Amino acid sequence: MAKTIAEINDRISKGQAVVVTAEEIIDIVTEKGAEEAAREVDVVTTGTFGPMCSSGAFLNVGHTKPRIKLGGGEVYLNDVPAYTGIAAVDLFIGATAVPDDDPRNKAYPGDFNYGGGHVIEELVAGNDIRLTARAYGTDCYPRRRLETWINIADINEATLFNIRNAYQNYNVAVNLSDRTIYTYMGVLKPHLGNANYSTSGQLSPLFNDPLYKTLGIGTKILLGGGIGYIAWHGTQHNPAAPRLDNDVPRRPAGTLAVIGDLKQMKPEWLRGTSMLGYGTTITVCIGVPIPILNEEIVRYTAVRDRDIVAAIVDYSDVYPQGKPDVLGEIDYASLKSGQITVQGQEVPTASLSSYPKAVEIANLLKKWIKAGEFLLTEPVAPLPGVESGIRFKNLEDRPING
Amino acid sequence: MPVSRRIVLHFPRRLVDRPIVYRLIKDYDLEFNILKASVTPEEEGLMVLELKGDQKDYDQGINYLNEAGVQIQALSQNVTRNEIRCTHCGACITICPTAAFELDKKTRVVAFDNDKCIACGLCIKSCPPRAMELHF
Repeated sequence: MAKTIAEINDRISKGQAVVVTAEEIIDIVTEKGAEEAAREVDVVTTGTFGPMCSSGAFLNVGHTKPRIKLGGGEVYLNDVPAYTGIAAVDLFIGATAVPDDDPRNKAYPGDFNYGGGHVIEELVAGNDIRLTARAYGTDCYPRRRLETWINIADINEATLFNIRNAYQNYNVAVNLSDRTIYTYMGVLKPHLGNANYSTSGQLSPLFNDPLYKTLGIGTKILLGGGIGYIAWHGTQHNPAAPRLDNDVPRRPAGTLAVIGDLKQMKPEWLRGTSMLGYGTTITVCIGVPIPILNEEIVRYTAVRDRDIVAAIVDYSDVYPQGKPDVLGEIDYASLKSGQITVQGQEVPTASLSSYPKAVEIANLLKKWIKAGEFLLTEPVAPLPGVESGIRFKNLEDRPING
Repeated sequence: MPVSRRIVLHFPRRLVDRPIVYRLIKDYDLEFNILKASVTPEEEGLMVLELKGDQKDYDQGINYLNEAGVQIQALSQNVTRNEIRCTHCGACITICPTAAFELDKKTRVVAFDNDKCIACGLCIKSCPPRAMELHF
């Protein structure tokens, strides 16, 4: 029996919708079968809370008197450089930006205690942010210097626009070398000392709709503790990644570009994050509702950690050198057990994505939908699927003076 | 009754060059393991010790340290977790050499057992949201 999003919304509005999390649906499908589950359940909620570097916020800080053209000038927010290559008082603060005087990896491994991700967290928390700017001055924008406090409550717009979030699957990172390495996948100890992964697995949005059949451009989601939307497919979107029989990709595949009003988000769901020896980033909360339109969709949402595999990749040589080799595949149930075997060696595992927070997000979204406060949206256009032929490309150098 | 405690000793400047730990071991028959030792720019000494021995000997040893002017603190007070910043991701679990972080397999919530902590500090900067704090 097929349902439409309009029918599901009707049930949500009447407070009658049956909403469960992507964890809870597993037992429901096991016990009752997909047909019955598809009839009973209207929405399955997913969640993820992990470091996502391709995140940032556009701010319109308002015009000063006399006016200043920050566009094309230099702007710092709490000493972190913001991008100004747009109109006069529009700015972009990216999660990985670090202050000019941060020693970075000159004092290896760099601490990266404060960067753009932390500025965004502080903005959302309602803290005053110190804006310092230099501009070149024009006839219509004569002012050349500005030092002021800004606050999210007072500026015109603060729009979170993350160009790549919610990666559908990711590598398991290990280190085969004989020294500790500091990566975006955390601190990796030598000689396979640990293995780090980053996913909420069976709760992760794109594992529950592996072929992007329900979500698309315009899908309303939970973002940063507030409301957001899927704006586009994310950068590096790679639907052509190899897949298992259950359509779940075995390698990093689909991604989402997401957008939302930062003013209604929450600092506990947008956490400034520091990766030792790598840089700053932000840990982002995303929850996507999956409308149970039919049996096929409910079967997808019943995916379990043991049905999802990831590639184990060496970050001391293979990853930095862009080699294709993997050390093997491992399922998420094994990864979550705390120990896996790689090259005959027992390796302890850890996650960079928070599972308890992912559960919280899926439950928060469930609560909103059940209360009739969050209606589903029909996608305006689908995300590029396997048939699009879109493939992830490397940059092949073409030396300029070669 | 045997006891085993992890303690932090703060030596004032005047005691830095005195063989305090030697006396502690020799006169009170305590077994020790140095977990950390340093002298700060202010020339104060800091030492993190694990002390084992009979309760009576241990108490007398601590008494000796107190009388000598050494400040003593339980180690567990030195490393704390900021519960607001911690996201329970679990990145700390494989970094900690003494398994002071434990994952609840069901809820996947990370517990911090500061009795197991030796204040090595490895978790401080390995924690992505910087939730672990060291106070010496």
